[in-house]
Amino acid sequence: MTIAAANRQWPAQGLARVPYWVYSDRELYAQEQERIFRGTTWNFLCLEAELPGPDTYCRSTLGEMPVVVARDAGGTIHAFENRCAHRGSLLCLHERGEAKEIVCIYHNWTYDLAGNLTGVAFRRGLGGKGGMPKDATPEAHGPRKLRVETLAGLVFGTLSADTPPLADYLGAEIVTRIRRVMRAPVKLLGGYSQVLPNNWKLYMENVKDSYHASLLHAFFTTFRLNRLSQKGGVIISEAGGNHTTYSMAADVAGKEYEQAGMRSAQDDFHLEAPELLTTVDEYGDGVGLQILGVFPGFVLQQIRNSLAVRRVVPQGLEKTELVWTCFGFVTDDEALTELRLRQANLIGPAGYISMEDGAATGFVQRSARAAADELSVVEMGGHGTASEDNRVTEAAVRGFWKDYRGHMGL
Amino acid sequence: MNIELHFQVQDLNARYVHAIDDDRLEQWPDFFTDDGRYHITTAENVARGLPLSLMSTTSRAMMRDRINSLRNANVYESQRYRHVVGAMLIEPAENGIVRAVSNFLVARIMHTGETILFATGRYEDRVAMADSGLRFIEKIVILDSRQIDTLLAIPL
Repeated sequence: MTIAAANRQWPAQGLARVPYWVYSDRELYAQEQERIFRGTTWNFLCLEAELPGPDTYCRSTLGEMPVVVARDAGGTIHAFENRCAHRGSLLCLHERGEAKEIVCIYHNWTYDLAGNLTGVAFRRGLGGKGGMPKDATPEAHGPRKLRVETLAGLVFGTLSADTPPLADYLGAEIVTRIRRVMRAPVKLLGGYSQVLPNNWKLYMENVKDSYHASLLHAFFTTFRLNRLSQKGGVIISEAGGNHTTYSMAADVAGKEYEQAGMRSAQDDFHLEAPELLTTVDEYGDGVGLQILGVFPGFVLQQIRNSLAVRRVVPQGLEKTELVWTCFGFVTDDEALTELRLRQANLIGPAGYISMEDGAATGFVQRSARAAADELSVVEMGGHGTASEDNRVTEAAVRGFWKDYRGHMGL
Repeated sequence: MNIELHFQVQDLNARYVHAIDDDRLEQWPDFFTDDGRYHITTAENVARGLPLSLMSTTSRAMMRDRINSLRNANVYESQRYRHVVGAMLIEPAENGIVRAVSNFLVARIMHTGETILFATGRYEDRVAMADSGLRFIEKIVILDSRQIDTLLAIPL
């Protein structure tokens, strides 16, 4: 294993520290694309519901690599690089659509929905003149194909032949928690993107940071949607990069936050329209919150009845697009759909809860620029990355860095 | 065409955007009827027939909660908006309700001075007469882009 960037060495304190150069080193960012996003990782591409029938496609990404995801006439899902074998033009120019074949606009080269080159315009020339040499093999430089696996309506892709099967990569506990949320066929409710002014890893850390949730997000705390005093825990995969935090919805009457004078617990903040928080226990297990992350950049959210997938798209050292897709199930009645749409006020870029993550991660990026060799402290819950039965811990954050360092050779 | 009604509808919208830009957010709900609806969504969601909103309120009470949360609970970096609204297309009143559509550009100015074109789109409004004058029964904000820079705290 080679060290990823010249002279970069992880601090001796190991996972209890994160050096700020991880957010500001351009060479490291470039190597992440190759070693992580195009490496031995499973990357969330889209929901199966975004490919609603045979001969449909949508666009996605593998880090910065543009990808086409397509469902062929037989119903099989394929994913391949959005790049023509010829001179490299994008093949699919629209976010989604229906097509029986793909035609590159530049020179009309054609592809099937598995990304195989099927036709080269005027390959044999015209009138006996021109055309390609008989022994030319343009298909040898075709768009790279991803291995695709689906789980519970989620489509994942990997570019590497060495990535273990998806179920092994996720681990049994994470698979169980995914299946728990994805309890029926998906019905899309809509989407939007949040463009964050920070490195992608800051967002993934934020998601894995169960410690911050009820301290930054006053809405969580004040309305007891999420308090660290609620029964719950964090499950972390063996390799460290996949996690689930969960907490029970049961209202905890404790006054730990108030007594500690926490900013986020506001006794005099009341909702005039409390129907915002009306919930049904659709899973029947009393778990009101489950946030699940898959390395490198996927989040599955259940906050009460608000369900969403979030895809992390790095767009530069200090820019990340967070693509949100909210959904329900085809079995939802009108009342449950309305609940989901109302609770969507909690999430997304305008979310009562989520808006603050957009602010906090940007603040870290701004101080990180001039602090490359300084260290941030990740010691809540100790130094380990094992699952815990409480959430006053940063174990999942340390797990992320364990997995990251493994992929990057740091 | 009822010129006076036309003017009043435009005036309502002008006072609405000025209240937001002047940080008189507490007045925001007052531009609506009691069960007035305010939604922010994207052109893409509308085109695909998808119901998700970024912000959705179905009463003034919910709107007051939004403003209360912005002032007292939520954390976001200090910022202001500056709206520029285009001419309103106003349809004749039907059953006492007027439909109006107008385009908007909103700049976001951070307390540091950094200014960007934050949002563009159109308002689709339904306006009704109330005792105290015209009010929005419904204001739908349809953003042209699906992308929001950093966060969307203040209503548009």
